[in-house]
Amino acid sequence: MSSPFQYAPAPESRSIVDIAPSYGLFIDGEFVDGTGEAFKTVNPATEEVLTEVSAGSAADVDRAVAAARRAFTRTWGPMRPADRGKYLFRIARLLQERAREFAVLESLDNGKPIRESRDVDIPLAAAHFFYHAGWADKLDFAGLGPNPRPLGVAGQVIPWNFPMLMLAWKVAPALATGNTVVLKPAETTPLTALLFAEICQQADLPPGVVNIVTGAGDTGRAVVEHGDVDKVAFTGSTEVGKSIARAVAGTRKSLTLELGGKAANIVFDDAPIDQAVEGIVQGIFFNQGHVCCAGSRLLVQENIHDEVIASLQRRIGTLRVGDPLDKNTDIGAINSAEQLARIRELSDYGEAEGANRWQPACDLPDRGYWFPPTVFTDVSPAHRIAREEVFGPVLSVLTFRTPDEAVAKANNSTYGLSAGIWTEKGSRILKIADQLRAGVVWANTFNKFDPTSPFGGYKQSGYGREGGRHGLTGYLKGATHS
Amino acid sequence: MNDRLAVRKTYKLYVNGAFPRSESGRTYEVTDSRGHFLANAARASRKDARDAVVAARGAFGKWSGMTAYNRGQVLYRVAEVMEGRHTQFCAEVEAGEGLSGSKARAAVDAAIDRWVWYAGWTDKLGAVLGGSNPVAGPYFDFSIPEPTGVVAVLAPQQSSLLGLVSVLAPVLAAGNTAVVVTSKQRPLPAVTLGEVLATSDVPGGVVNLLTGDAEELGPWLAEHADVDGIDLTGAPAGRAMELEREAAGTVKRVVRPSATEPDWSADPGLSRITPFLETKTVWHPIGV
Repeated sequence: MSSPFQYAPAPESRSIVDIAPSYGLFIDGEFVDGTGEAFKTVNPATEEVLTEVSAGSAADVDRAVAAARRAFTRTWGPMRPADRGKYLFRIARLLQERAREFAVLESLDNGKPIRESRDVDIPLAAAHFFYHAGWADKLDFAGLGPNPRPLGVAGQVIPWNFPMLMLAWKVAPALATGNTVVLKPAETTPLTALLFAEICQQADLPPGVVNIVTGAGDTGRAVVEHGDVDKVAFTGSTEVGKSIARAVAGTRKSLTLELGGKAANIVFDDAPIDQAVEGIVQGIFFNQGHVCCAGSRLLVQENIHDEVIASLQRRIGTLRVGDPLDKNTDIGAINSAEQLARIRELSDYGEAEGANRWQPACDLPDRGYWFPPTVFTDVSPAHRIAREEVFGPVLSVLTFRTPDEAVAKANNSTYGLSAGIWTEKGSRILKIADQLRAGVVWANTFNKFDPTSPFGGYKQSGYGREGGRHGLTGYLKGATHS
Repeated sequence: MNDRLAVRKTYKLYVNGAFPRSESGRTYEVTDSRGHFLANAARASRKDARDAVVAARGAFGKWSGMTAYNRGQVLYRVAEVMEGRHTQFCAEVEAGEGLSGSKARAAVDAAIDRWVWYAGWTDKLGAVLGGSNPVAGPYFDFSIPEPTGVVAVLAPQQSSLLGLVSVLAPVLAAGNTAVVVTSKQRPLPAVTLGEVLATSDVPGGVVNLLTGDAEELGPWLAEHADVDGIDLTGAPAGRAMELEREAAGTVKRVVRPSATEPDWSADPGLSRITPFLETKTVWHPIGV
């Protein structure tokens, strides 16, 4: 299907970013060389090597934790809460000032469209710091029990799908509650975290309050398993989340897990179809589907199935896949060769198990990692593409006849992170929302995020919440809020 | 009439609203604190534990779907019915725990009052733990607490009634259903509590009480795919870490045991309710 719209290229300039040939670790307020083997980070849209980054060894992690402990004991812990808040306000403002630089760097390192990094990731990251800054001297009023106290040193491991936003989700509440941080960014997307280290320096944040240790799984394991870490916060796959829960078993460490999902996006026959189709597209193709809460299972009422699919295919045909830095781009690059292989494997399974694959005609760049927006119809609840998280631009379509069947199918998952409901009937929204076993329910909208709004899963999508008053509890001693 | 021969009670399990023996046919001897025979308690098996989980799952929809007001009244009813059996509970606690008469009475009093405390929480949790979120956009966004689901509870080994109620009542107040492994050495008050629950409008399956050995049953419950959370308070010494590891395989919510059994007379606050609550956040656009 050819697009009725013609666009001239509108690339965002990458001259705003200045990527050094190599990066060290950010420990105790300074960039230092790591003792592990350095690794390269590439632009997934071109496979161009962007720079070389240090892999933190166990010894490096040890230094980072020691720096965080010192800062907790000597500077950040004893500091007046209002002053901690003012540092966070500073960070929020610095992020806003350098927002375009962060957005371009994020798109280069991650492959996501500049439209999203510019309009979603970075503004939301700044908003998270701004929101949490205000909490720093108001924790006594949060209703979390008397005298809420910080836990100490937080070890945080974040994924590659929203590198800077996940950093903000982790670092802002940890600092606002008086903890110090050792953060490990994802192996494939370390650059905005390293740029954030510069922000910490510009803010004159005391050394050791934020430490950033780049690396792969081994580095993350060293952070999680470090004996002087009081809090572990992880966002990533359910598989790794389980291994982390095993690793902290029997310790005194507090744990927050934000893991995978397989969200049902339920469309009833009274829904406004055009709006629902926009929501379906937003639900699964936002950020190339690299979203734990992506609406990857479309549950459509049987009598409108054909109409919805036809409309959806028409809309997908207008999506522009390509250069992440082009301001017209809707779908960017898949983050890594490894992830592309996984998406391909599961999609091939979808076909092999009997579902029908549909993809629009679209030209993909010759170099880089790309996967076109994909819709599978005739999917059965037993198919792997209906059960497993693809973490890519792949939608599985199932049907239902009654609200009860929709709820049963939606809840038929080991995951429970998010869900969507599309209907004009208010009482039905509330009933279905009540019955869905999912931590976030979007009704007549999808993939909306806000620092004031708690986010997190039921079942094997993890535990603990991030954002809002609820998100503070994971970083406070004796907080009695869930 | 002092020469009347007492009619002794057969102590059985409490599963799905009924009082079955263990399917394994096993029992074990329960003695008082001085070693005198009290009863043969049923020794629950892996199959009993699985049956209990099925019952708890089956009861979850009804229990969690009740209005909070209704659930509060049912839990208050438990206190009422316990009050009527005060003497019996005192005798069982006194014998099992070796407490003086007055200390046993204090434990039973506190256990009954604990139900009252939690009964009053059911219709306040939504207001205290939930709320609307002022998002930066045209959306109505609210968060509410919801029960986690089926919770396995390894009840305290020492405090056979007050400790048991202190870990069970919060799980129920939150709207969860429970599979409880009682104190191994002191299981009798738990069975009597089952009789109270069975006559207190608590729907069958909401609470399932397994007498027996947490060392044997704990691992099956910790790894069970249809158990959503586990309270390890009464885990056998040195086994909590292993059980927490098992529970990680299905991302269960875990309450770790403290180094020594807590002082159950202390004010519990919300600390035992919140671990088995989920927060659900719902968004809807605002517009005309």
